[in-house]
Amino acid sequence: MIKEMICISCPMGCHLTVDATDINDIKVTGNTCPRGPIYARNEIIAPKRMVTGSVRVTGGKIPMASVKTREAIPKQLIFDCLEQLKTVTLKAPVHIGDVVIVDVAGCGVDVIATKEIAEA
Amino acid sequence: MIAKNLVIVGGGPAGLAAAKSAYDCGERDILILERESELGGILNQCIHNGFGLHTFKEELTGPEYAARYIDEVKKRNIEYKLSSTVIDISSDKVVTYVNSTDGLVQVKAKAVVLACGCRERPRGAINIAGMRGAGVFSAGTAQKLVNIEGYLPGKEVVILGSGDIGLIMARRMTFEGAKVKAVVELMPYSSGLNRNIVQCLNDFDIPLMFSHTVIDIKGKDRVEGVVIAEVDDKLRPMPETAQFIKCDTLLLSVGLLPENELAKNASVALSPVTGGAEVDDTMMTNVEGIFQCGNVLHVHDLVDFVSQESENAGACAVKYINEGAEKCEQVTIKCTKGVRYCVPHKLNCDDNFQSLNFKMRVGNVYKKVELTVTADGVKVYGKKRPVVTPGEMENITLNSQQIEQLKKAKEIVISLEGGQQ
Repeated sequence: MIKEMICISCPMGCHLTVDATDINDIKVTGNTCPRGPIYARNEIIAPKRMVTGSVRVTGGKIPMASVKTREAIPKQLIFDCLEQLKTVTLKAPVHIGDVVIVDVAGCGVDVIATKEIAEA
Repeated sequence: MIAKNLVIVGGGPAGLAAAKSAYDCGERDILILERESELGGILNQCIHNGFGLHTFKEELTGPEYAARYIDEVKKRNIEYKLSSTVIDISSDKVVTYVNSTDGLVQVKAKAVVLACGCRERPRGAINIAGMRGAGVFSAGTAQKLVNIEGYLPGKEVVILGSGDIGLIMARRMTFEGAKVKAVVELMPYSSGLNRNIVQCLNDFDIPLMFSHTVIDIKGKDRVEGVVIAEVDDKLRPMPETAQFIKCDTLLLSVGLLPENELAKNASVALSPVTGGAEVDDTMMTNVEGIFQCGNVLHVHDLVDFVSQESENAGACAVKYINEGAEKCEQVTIKCTKGVRYCVPHKLNCDDNFQSLNFKMRVGNVYKKVELTVTADGVKVYGKKRPVVTPGEMENITLNSQQIEQLKKAKEIVISLEGGQQ
């Protein structure tokens, strides 16, 4: 199985050609850095995505705090993660790196704040 | 009137990087003027990740990237004023700003760095016919509503334009529970990054319709739907292809324009191609002591390159403050054969840079081409590219030897050689 894909590891967006005939020996060409083959293998075996969003904040200068998963989570859990985000309300002050949800959607990855929000 | 050595207009990524670099070059008398209530500029609403791979070797979200630079500026105790709008800059570098505590203030600056970014093209700029119901937003406005204010501007969405903000907003609206019915793109290609088409559209099965545009907006009080049609090779809509899409919201992601009203007041000459100033290799405009960097100069696709360009502008502004302008010959850089523009536009023959970075965009999608720089017809530099697109800025760096060759030339030409459209 030969697949064409675009690497999303960085904004370069390299066009990868992925030979996944042997799932234990996936061959990747077209990448310009080592992240390409890693991305391609993950994409074939178990695709992952970073999830970013925002949660409500009370008592802050801004009503919303931006958040992200600390690392990429399995693609099929994106919407479970987002549902969980809706249930969270933070209290100002919020600091970058504050843990917002521990082990989101049971995937072992935390959601952390990406924004400094001072008290109003 | 108060006096400052360096006034930086705009506290976004460009202004922050210029300030940091100016300070590190020894300048202490710096003032950043920012019209919003916090530093960081547009990065504050760009909560997605993908920023900083070049600068910090890690992938940050917009607010995190901004925070890095805000920290640097605060560490250096660089003065900044928030909620302060610059209303005028004169060609002798008097900067007038207003805010609710200081009132109207005039600052006489030795050098000014314009780092005031760009703005989105609105509905009026592309003349979409139809009714005037609520529900038509620029993609950036919707982004601010969702990410900062916490409002979802609509539930069934069509997005016109496949620039990066449009693509990012397709995913963002989907994340927040809206249904994005289609992204409609006038051109046969996207002006956004490929990775965004993959992770924002393909991941969620959102259709991307090339060579289509919105020809009518229906709905008196609120948008009830849009009519889209395919366009021919001259970009004219073909009425027989018209189809109605029911939606309550239309987002426009139809291009960004440098915000240059202030520059015009100061008699800064603008490029008709970029909408930004024409600068030399020190990022100085035709007005002595007025510099430009970031999206006000030309629209970038990566903030990392904005920071890099702005650090150069900050450093050059300090050099100007200390040593004055160079009076020397300048060679204009010509762009032909598929290359739309190049920044800088001019080269000072007296400058001694160890390396020099040129940023440029092409006018169409080309495959297997070589980006070449020639000095009086002699090739100085060539870079082979498998594919170039208008959506992705090309970036080349020349070494001191190559720059020397250019400075001796009467004519510098940047062009695309070989390849096919």
